[in-house]
Amino acid sequence: MNESAVLLETRNLSKTYGAVVALRSGDLTVRPGEIHALMGANGAGKSTLVKVLTGDTAPNSGSILLDGKEVRFASPTSARRAGLASVYQDVSLVPLLTVAQNMRLTGTPMAAIRPWLKELELEHVDLNEYVRDLPTPTLHLLDLAQALAWLPRLLILDEVTATLPADLTERVFRVARRWRTEGRSVVLISHRMPEVKALCDRATVLRDGTTVGVVDLASSGQEEIVSLMLGQAAASVVVSEGAVADREPTSSVERRPAVEVRGLRSGLLKDVSFTLQRGEVLGLVALEGQGQADLFECLSGNRTPDGGEILVEDRPRKFRHPHDAIGAGLVLVPADRALALLPQRSVRENIALPMVNQLRSWGLINARNERKRVRSAIDRLSIDTRAQSRVKQLSGGNQQKVTIARWLATGFTTLLCFDPTRGIDIRTKEQIYGVLREFAASGSAVLLFTSEMPEIQLACDRALVLFGGRITAELPAHDATEAVLIRAAHGLARAGSDQAAAS
Amino acid sequence: MNVARLARRNAWTLGTYALFVAVMIFTISIHPSYGPFEVESLVVGGMPLAFAAVAEACVVIGGGIDLSIGAMMAVANVLAARYMQNHDFQYALLVSGLILVGGTLAGALNGLIAVRTRVPDIVVTLAMSFVWGGVALLILPQPGGGAPDQFLALASGEFLTPWIPNGLLLLIVVVGVIWIPLRLGRTGLALYAIGSDRTAAFRRGVRVGWTRVLSYAMGGFFAACGGLALMMSTGIGSPLAGTIYTLSAISAIVLGGVSLAGGRGRVTGPIVAAFILTLIPADLILMGTDPNFGQVVQGALIVLVVMAGGLAPLLQRRRVRAV
Repeated sequence: MNESAVLLETRNLSKTYGAVVALRSGDLTVRPGEIHALMGANGAGKSTLVKVLTGDTAPNSGSILLDGKEVRFASPTSARRAGLASVYQDVSLVPLLTVAQNMRLTGTPMAAIRPWLKELELEHVDLNEYVRDLPTPTLHLLDLAQALAWLPRLLILDEVTATLPADLTERVFRVARRWRTEGRSVVLISHRMPEVKALCDRATVLRDGTTVGVVDLASSGQEEIVSLMLGQAAASVVVSEGAVADREPTSSVERRPAVEVRGLRSGLLKDVSFTLQRGEVLGLVALEGQGQADLFECLSGNRTPDGGEILVEDRPRKFRHPHDAIGAGLVLVPADRALALLPQRSVRENIALPMVNQLRSWGLINARNERKRVRSAIDRLSIDTRAQSRVKQLSGGNQQKVTIARWLATGFTTLLCFDPTRGIDIRTKEQIYGVLREFAASGSAVLLFTSEMPEIQLACDRALVLFGGRITAELPAHDATEAVLIRAAHGLARAGSDQAAAS
Repeated sequence: MNVARLARRNAWTLGTYALFVAVMIFTISIHPSYGPFEVESLVVGGMPLAFAAVAEACVVIGGGIDLSIGAMMAVANVLAARYMQNHDFQYALLVSGLILVGGTLAGALNGLIAVRTRVPDIVVTLAMSFVWGGVALLILPQPGGGAPDQFLALASGEFLTPWIPNGLLLLIVVVGVIWIPLRLGRTGLALYAIGSDRTAAFRRGVRVGWTRVLSYAMGGFFAACGGLALMMSTGIGSPLAGTIYTLSAISAIVLGGVSLAGGRGRVTGPIVAAFILTLIPADLILMGTDPNFGQVVQGALIVLVVMAGGLAPLLQRRRVRAV
C-alpha cells in the first residue's frame, strides 16, 4: 500500500432531504490498494455518502476529488465510467426484466461478466430468469459480478454481506482481497465488527452525518471504533444514571406478563422469545435489518407470523388484522407518523378515530363524550394545539404525541413504540419518555424499539438486543450502557456480557 | 429458452388470443353466413381502437398513463377530414404524414411537461385532453369533411384475397415497423425497465426522463394513427368521436395483459383485445339484444378477466408452496 497516494477524497459532502439532514459533513479518503471500512450507527449517513459519491443523488455541497481532480457524477453510469462502481444496499436490478436483459441495459458485455460469475460461483444461475424470481442474496452477488465486470478502481459494497449467509460472504471477501492485491481499492460498509477487523486496512467512522475519525485497523482495534461511534456517550450515561435512580420506586405495579412471545418466526426473525411484563418499559435495540420491523408487524397484527406463538394475558392469540391486536390491547406507535395519522384532518378527529366504535350511540357519534376524552388525552400529553385544525401543520414531536394520545383516549394494555422519537427535538423526547414511564407506572406494558441507544437508560427498565433475528442479550437498564449495547448489537456478544457481568 | 417458461410468461397474451377465438366461434355460430364482408367491417371498425390501445400500451408499459389519447385522436381525425377534403391521394398522404409528426410532438409535449414539472402524469394528460378536445372543436365544430376514396381504401380495400382487408395489413405494418426494432433494441428494454422500477433503471444506466418522453411521444404517434384510422373507418371527421377512445383503450390494454402498474405486457395482446371489444357489441346486435347492453357485457368481461388474471399467480404460488 502506498501511504501517500490518494485515489479518492471527499470534503465536507452534505445532503439534506427536505428538513432531514442525512449527511452533514462527509469526509472520506481512500488510498489505492486498500480495503476501507465505512462505519457508523443507523442513520449516521453511510449509505447517503455512497449515493452522493456515485452520482445516485446530487450532494447539496462539498467536493469529490478523484486522482486529485474535482469530479461530479450525474449518474451511477458516469461514475462507473470513471472507475467507481457500487453495489447498493437495496438491490438495483430491474425486477421485471431477466438477468441478461439487466446486464444489457448497463451495456456490460456478457464476456466481461462471465469470469466474475465463475469467481462468485454463480455459473448455475439461469440468466434468462426474471430478477424478481431470484432470491435476494443471489441478486446481490449478480449485482456485484456486473460491477466487477467494469474492473472499477474503487469498488463500493454497501452492506452487501448483511443479507448473505456465511459461505456467500466468504466469496465476496475473496474478491475484495483480490482487488487489494491488484492495487485497486474497496470501500466496505458493514455492521459486523469482526469481519471489518479481519478484512479492512482502515476505517472511517461517521456519527450523525459527520466524519468523526479515521482508524488504522492494523495498529488499533474495535475499541477505538466503538468509542468514536459513541462520541458523547460518557455524558449521556451520567444523565441516565440520574434518571434510573429517580424512577426506581415508581415501578411498584404487580408484575405479571402482558405479552409473551414464544419462538416467533417471520421474515428476518429466526426465533424470538421474550416476556413483556405489566408495569415495565422494555427496550429493544437492534441495528438496521435485524428483524425488529418484522417483530412489530407481527405484534401489531399487520402480518401473520410463519411460526411461534404470541400470548396476551397468558392466552395464545392469532392476529389476522390490526383490529384484532387493538382488541387484545396491543397498539402501535410507528416511526413514520404519516402512516399513523390523517394529516389533513384535525387533532380532535385523529385522536378520536380509533375509539369511534366506543363513542357511537345508535350509529351517531356522541360528540360530548368524544370531546371530553380527547381533551383529557391532550392535557395529559401537553400537546401544543395552536395549529389543531390540521395535524400536518403540527411539529414532528407534537404529531408523535397525537399518535400516542389516540391510544390513550382509546385505552390499551400494551403500547408498541417503534422508534417513536426519531427526528424529534430533545424536550419533546423527554416528555415522551415521561409519558411512557407514566404508562408503566399505571400498570400498562410498553415495548420500545429505539435506534438511539442512550434512550434505553433514559426510558426503560430492561433491554433486549436483537441480532440476526434472535435475541442475543437481555440486561437490566442500569447495565445497558451505550458501550455495552453497541457491542452486543454488532454481534460482539461476549464483550458485551463481560462488561455487564463486571458492572 | 424452454417452451413451458415462454408459455408461462406470456400466459395472459395467450389467454387473450384464446378469448378472441372463443368469441369468434360464438359469432360464427350465431351468424352462419360470416364472410369477407363481416371480416372487413370488424377490421375497419376495430382499427381505431387497436391503434388507441397500442398508444396507451406504449405509455403504460413505461410506467405512465395518458388520458389524452382520445382527444389527440379527435384532433388527428378532424385535421384529416378538413384538409384532405377535395384533394387527391398524394396530398392526403402528405397531410397524414404531417398529422403523424404533429401527434408525435403532442405526445412528447405530454411527456416533457410530466418529466420537467413533476406534475403527476394523470393530471398533465387529463388537462391536455381538455386542451385537445377544445382544439378539435375549433378545427371542425360539426361533423363533416372528407377524404379521397383511395385514402379510405387503405382500410377497407382487400389485399390478395377478400378475406384480408388492407386495414389489417396497415395495422400490422405500422405497429411492427415501430415496435419490433424497439423491442429488440436497448431502448425497448429501457422502456420496460422504467415501468418496472425507476430507481433500479437509473442505476443500470437508463436515461429515465428521456425514455419517459419517448414513451409519451410513441403514444402520441399511435394516437394520430388512430385518428387517421377513425377517418378511414367513418369517412368523415367528428370532433367528439375520438374522446371515448381514452377509456376504451385502457379497457383494451387491461384485457390484453398490460399491467397498469407498468413494466409488463406487450402490444399484440391489446390489439387482439381491441377486436374482442369491437366484436361483442356487434354480436349483441346480431342476437337482437339492446346494443346498450354491450357496455354492461364489456364491463363485466373486463372485471372477470382481470380477476382471473389476478387469481392465476395466486394459484401458481400456492402450488409452488405445496411442492
